[in-house]
Amino acid sequence: MQENASAVQLVLSGDPTLFAIVWLSLSVSLSAAFCAAVIGVPLGALLALTRFRGREPVIVVLNALMGLPPVVVGLAVFLALSRSGPLGSWGLLFTPPAMVVAQTVLVTPIIAALTRQTIEDLWVEYRDEFAAMNIGPLRRVVTLVWDARFSLVTTLLAGFGRAAAEVGAIIIVGGNIEGYTRTMTTAIALETSKGDLSLAIGLGMVLISIIILISALAWGARRAGERLAG
Amino acid sequence: MRASVTDLPVKFAEVVILAGGVAILDRVSIDLAAGQPTVLIGPNGSGKTTLLRAAMGLVRASRGRITWGGRETSPPTRRAIVLQRPVHLRRSVAGNVAYALAAAGVPRAQRERRGTELLSLVGLQGLGGRPARQLSGGEQQRLSLARALARDPAVLFLDEPTASLDPVATKEIEDIVRSISGRGVKVVMATHDLGEAKRLAGEIVLLHRGRILESGRAQDFFAAPMTDEGRKFTAGELLV
Repeated sequence: MQENASAVQLVLSGDPTLFAIVWLSLSVSLSAAFCAAVIGVPLGALLALTRFRGREPVIVVLNALMGLPPVVVGLAVFLALSRSGPLGSWGLLFTPPAMVVAQTVLVTPIIAALTRQTIEDLWVEYRDEFAAMNIGPLRRVVTLVWDARFSLVTTLLAGFGRAAAEVGAIIIVGGNIEGYTRTMTTAIALETSKGDLSLAIGLGMVLISIIILISALAWGARRAGERLAG
Repeated sequence: MRASVTDLPVKFAEVVILAGGVAILDRVSIDLAAGQPTVLIGPNGSGKTTLLRAAMGLVRASRGRITWGGRETSPPTRRAIVLQRPVHLRRSVAGNVAYALAAAGVPRAQRERRGTELLSLVGLQGLGGRPARQLSGGEQQRLSLARALARDPAVLFLDEPTASLDPVATKEIEDIVRSISGRGVKVVMATHDLGEAKRLAGEIVLLHRGRILESGRAQDFFAAPMTDEGRKFTAGELLV
């Protein structure tokens, strides 16, 4: 009970340690969601609109990758970025960019798979009209992405939510270094193990608030889509 | 609106279209020339939609030849089609028309004026800002016509444009079709509504099980059909 009161106190007082952690978490997860969107949206659209041998297995694998265990992603990125790894010369291990890389790997399949499903559903709907209007391939892609924009916003928010809530990958590649790579989720894990529940609960409250905010934004995007575009 | 004959006549010569080994169109020969509306009649599954799609260039002939103005290949720049179940883009009414105008290559500077003209032509003026998918069924069909007309077509194919519409909406569509035809656009329309065929057709083509049973002047067809199927259709009997 006392920990709860202290946690609220920490949040309301604008505790600099707590908000530095929140800021780092948001910047890492937003960067990862952005990178994943840049890769995942075109990849999903391409997969939705092209037909090639082995497409179905690729879709099955992509869908399966949505459930990638964060610790496995963390391990893979750790091995790639470690000194003896193929990307060791970049010197990124135990830095925020390494955390961005790990979360990008984690979130890209989610964004690509959901984008593919969204674009493909719309493509089935629009296909005959595109043919009737003699629309070229590039314009088709642009139209589909634009008309699916409200659904895609929800997809991006889902990707961001996944990044913000995960702990396994970033704790491995970031190292949970205080003031440098410590995020909300890694700090919660650490502080709980140390028994400092006030900071853990405070960060948990902020994290839950962010997740609720994301859900509200997704809902708002959906409503705006219905109102503006039918 | 131009009254070009670029794509006309659309000629089918012994056209066969197969789907899964079944002939959807079976040795169909027909000339769709400039003039009064041609109405394709026949029951569901008779091949009306496939004939329209083939005439639009959306479906290839398995055998036989289709030519547009004497050419075997012709980009569908002066042809347009309104599909049986048109889908509108997730945009406003004006946005849908603007998209069709852009797709038709109309310069950006002219799109707003042309869009306003087209919406007036189909009676949707004042609804430009509404999301297209929130329009009523009749309004959505009129928007489809506006979009099709954005291509400034010489020939317009309509696939049962009044199916599932009430009499008021049907009359609105038919009035627009007459108006379009009066501007020199060749209209080729599918319907299984006897009354509609009588009201609009200059020429009739009766299809049954993928074959043309009768074709000619509507007046002659309705006065003296030459086949049992034609007699059944004009008598309002079920043609199965």
